[in-house]
Amino acid sequence: MWDWYYAFEVLPEIASALGVTIGATVVGFILALILGLIWTLLIRSKNKIVTTVADSIVKFIRNTPLLVQLYFIFYVFPQFGLSLDPFTAGVIGLGLHYSTYLSEVFRSGIESVGPGQWEVATALNFTTKKTWTRIILPQAIPPVLPVIGNYFITMFKETPLLSAITLVEILQTAQNIGAGTFRYTEPLTIVGLLFLLLSYPASIALRQLENRVTARYS
Amino acid sequence: MSFWELIASMLGQGLVITLLTTVLAAVLALVLGFVAGLMRLSKNKFIRFLVAIYVEVFRGTSLLVQLFWIYFVLPMFGITMTAMTAAVLAIGLNFGAYTSEVVRSGIQSVDKGQIEATIALNFTRVQRMRRIIIPQAFIIMLPNLGNQLIELFKSTSLVALITLTDLTYQANVLNATTLQTTQIFTALLVIYFVIAWPMTKGMKLLERKMTEGRM
Repeated sequence: MWDWYYAFEVLPEIASALGVTIGATVVGFILALILGLIWTLLIRSKNKIVTTVADSIVKFIRNTPLLVQLYFIFYVFPQFGLSLDPFTAGVIGLGLHYSTYLSEVFRSGIESVGPGQWEVATALNFTTKKTWTRIILPQAIPPVLPVIGNYFITMFKETPLLSAITLVEILQTAQNIGAGTFRYTEPLTIVGLLFLLLSYPASIALRQLENRVTARYS
Repeated sequence: MSFWELIASMLGQGLVITLLTTVLAAVLALVLGFVAGLMRLSKNKFIRFLVAIYVEVFRGTSLLVQLFWIYFVLPMFGITMTAMTAAVLAIGLNFGAYTSEVVRSGIQSVDKGQIEATIALNFTRVQRMRRIIIPQAFIIMLPNLGNQLIELFKSTSLVALITLTDLTYQANVLNATTLQTTQIFTALLVIYFVIAWPMTKGMKLLERKMTEGRM
């Protein structure tokens, strides 16, 4: 049933693919943060057309599955001359999908900054850029950090989807090993354990951050 | 049958499977979520510990890994099931773990005075839960449960990867046979959106109706 010798034999190969998984998570997350902030700012824009377009795009992305979006980026983009390697396509898909969730988080953070802060910025004759970078964002972001961190963990756990567009991350590596030896038990269990081993401590650390944030901001 | 009729009929068959998976998995997740959520609040330490393991394992690993594990590994231990059963089981177990946290925090956020009132009125524990706590907690849970349902619906696309012939699977087959990549995947995105979007709207409406005059 369970062969320890075989498990230890395949462990290094699976663990070595962890770099791809973590790399995709980190790059995707950075992309999601940047795009998320851009969506938030565009939706807050005074120009009605900009707001409607940005809002519609966000809604569309949020209401369709990540897997289908990945297929779209990987298989449809080349039809228009834009061929992407699996890693790039995967990171774009992951980043784009979760940017719509993060934009919602940023929005709630920004809305929790009191109107007095905007008035102060106006009274002090701050430029729009300075108002955002010095007054609004430094107060809007820290309270929502735990939620942002949660999305990082969620994205990490979503990376196996990238195997569907042929990216060889840990799940695909385990699948490849299984296909060669006809033994899926050990490789797939190891993948599950690796995810648990990395995401569980991260979620405990986040809970502590959350406690500190609640103690400070409420 | 014309070319486009064939595409429509195949996607239609896939849609039926997608919706069926969604409904069955959602029911399983809701039941599991309530059972596990209530068990998490039990006085018995051992029960709490068991449920905590279930919740952390299913929240800490990926749905796709769970899906593969149930479909490819369990048969090695003599448990064989159809792709549909595996899909419903994996999605139900996964979302059940998340739902149990929603249930637990919903119950915990009901005002303490309500519990004191039930004690004063000499309610039994079951009466307290059924008549006082859960009806109020359910309204607090509703927005989260609605969000989960939409996430669950979207996650059913993963079942294509264990060869269940859902919408995404059919689209892949059509893509391989007709090579109309752009049209097929655009249609696929639009179909998912056309279902998920009214669901999002409907949930907001339901939320407003249920909280009317209460909060």
